[in-house]
Amino acid sequence: MAFVALGGSAPEVAQAPRRTGGRIALLLLLPGIFYLALFFLTPLVSLVLTSLKQPDPSGVIGRYDFGFEVGNYLYAITQYLPQILRSFSFALIATVIALAVSYPIAYFIAVKARNRPLLKGILLTLVVAPFFISMLLRTFAWKQIFSNDSWIVNTLKDIGIFGVDSYIIGTNFAVIFGLVYNFIPFMTLPIFSSLDRLDLRLVEAGSDLYANPVTTFRKITFPLSMPGVISGTLLTFIPISGDYVVASRDFLGGPETAMMGNVVEANFLRIQDYPTASALSVMLMAAIVVLVSAYVRRSGTEDLL
Amino acid sequence: MATDFTARGADLELVGIRKEFPGFVAVDNLDLRIPAGEFFALLGPSGCGKTTTLRMIAGLESATAGKILIGGKDVTEQKPHQRTVNTVFQNYALFPHMSVLDNVAFGLKQRKVADPAAKATAALEMVELGHLANRRPQQLSGGQQQRVALARALVNRPALLLLDEPLGALDLKLRRQMQIELKAIQMEVGLTFLHVTHDQEEAMDMADTVAVMNQGRIEQMGAPEQLYDRPKTAFVAKFLGQSNLFVGDVASADDTKVSISFRGHKLTAPADRVEKRSGKIALGVRPEKTMFHEQKPAESADHNLLGPGTITDIRFTGVSNQYQIEVPGIGEVTVFAQNVGKSPVVELGAEVWVSWKVEHSFGLADLPSGEEEAE
Repeated sequence: MAFVALGGSAPEVAQAPRRTGGRIALLLLLPGIFYLALFFLTPLVSLVLTSLKQPDPSGVIGRYDFGFEVGNYLYAITQYLPQILRSFSFALIATVIALAVSYPIAYFIAVKARNRPLLKGILLTLVVAPFFISMLLRTFAWKQIFSNDSWIVNTLKDIGIFGVDSYIIGTNFAVIFGLVYNFIPFMTLPIFSSLDRLDLRLVEAGSDLYANPVTTFRKITFPLSMPGVISGTLLTFIPISGDYVVASRDFLGGPETAMMGNVVEANFLRIQDYPTASALSVMLMAAIVVLVSAYVRRSGTEDLL
Repeated sequence: MATDFTARGADLELVGIRKEFPGFVAVDNLDLRIPAGEFFALLGPSGCGKTTTLRMIAGLESATAGKILIGGKDVTEQKPHQRTVNTVFQNYALFPHMSVLDNVAFGLKQRKVADPAAKATAALEMVELGHLANRRPQQLSGGQQQRVALARALVNRPALLLLDEPLGALDLKLRRQMQIELKAIQMEVGLTFLHVTHDQEEAMDMADTVAVMNQGRIEQMGAPEQLYDRPKTAFVAKFLGQSNLFVGDVASADDTKVSISFRGHKLTAPADRVEKRSGKIALGVRPEKTMFHEQKPAESADHNLLGPGTITDIRFTGVSNQYQIEVPGIGEVTVFAQNVGKSPVVELGAEVWVSWKVEHSFGLADLPSGEEEAE
């Protein structure tokens, strides 16, 4: 099951299920099944049906009839291929950068600050602190910080790195920066939780068995933190692929940075081309499921603990 | 890496090793020499500094002062991965994400030894786990994990093998079995073993030499028989087995015998088994060397005699009976009597005398704690 890796803690070695527990377990599952059926399956079916609709003969904008118009998918791909590719490449780049930034933070909090509860508490609070403020506000704050007459842009112009008409907002840099910034906590926390459970005696055993610190990290620490790395990258990659705030023109994006989320938003809310928007959403979902299952299978999380 | 790996054990020397942690001294100016090929046990209660000593030898802890020499070479400044030392950790510390075979081959691969898989397999076969090579450590029982940990360390043929309470997590039967196997393996491979334990029976059973450690210092060191027969301090007398200790002023001392007067009784020990011959000293005897009598025996120069007293407690332990005898004005004396068929020999509350041969007495260099204030 591809999404096992999402649940931060590694699954315990399965105990043989007792027969009497089976019925109770089923009862306990019922609310969840009901919830998923109502709020996941129904919209999903509705989304797929919408993606196959055809325009109403009356020609009224935003009015569609049920049909089997597979051409909607073809249209969506040909029309929005750049945005589709951009979504996944931005998501990939932002995920890699977020991992590179988050791992050392998580490592420091979980390992170096392990015996200092106060420091650990403060650092963890700092990691979570951005959640106290709305993501929209924080992204908007970056728009101000990077705006064309901001201190940063002016300074860059003054020292000659930037030309007179250079800018940050609307560039790929600004969007990827915003994505990384917004998703760092989602990357840091699962990795922290993995490293927090890392038995440091295993690291000592590695160095006792002639592995230098770099090898010890590569062969022991990092592999044992893989569940956290997988969770973190999934929790980052998936939402970023569908993100429509950061890359929007109202925030850090520009005409050249639109991602799939922005296209879906525009088609649903502005152009009212529901079939195309639905087709894009279905494709996004399918692509993520395929990518993520391949990723989880390749990284072999089932081997870990 | 310019590290030479000896096929046989090397000797270990600690010179004035000291380790301070914030607020206390864990190891206090320790000097120790373990000859190559010896099975050496460091025995002490928890918190005595034995594990800290072992970790300093492994390089996992840095010494505050002093020097560590392995095979005559100063390794004090070397990092753990540079030292020709391997450790069997208390909790085994097997890598959960690797197979048993990969665990055992880990050290060989780091040192780029040729054909690590074959050597690791051979090591696993030595501990009779060849058939489990592809399992994960967590699929093995505690005893099997313990053997994997041993194989993982031994396969590197370290100059010195450190064992940190390696049998502590096993049940009694398995522990006894592993003690025998460990000793057999040590004799077979001829490596130097340093075994850290709080189990005095384990230490005496396996080691050639035992060092009893207390509060960061070595109290006494020697062959197990020697330590048991002739403890020199009250701590050793009490920690290594049990002892009856009697404190009194020296009444007479010559070249053959030292006697103390102990609350109206005269207790004697051979002069060569006494550490101190003047002032107040403690004289002791092991409970299994004592016997009791239902009639007062004739006084004789080669026996010490206490009594009469009352039996206040009898504990049946299988091979022997342990009697507590309360002698008025003297206190408790413990007597072990071998269970040879007619037990209990005497009933609870019976009046008995306790005696032992003078040659079984020993005199300590210090007094049991609390004794000075009490007198």
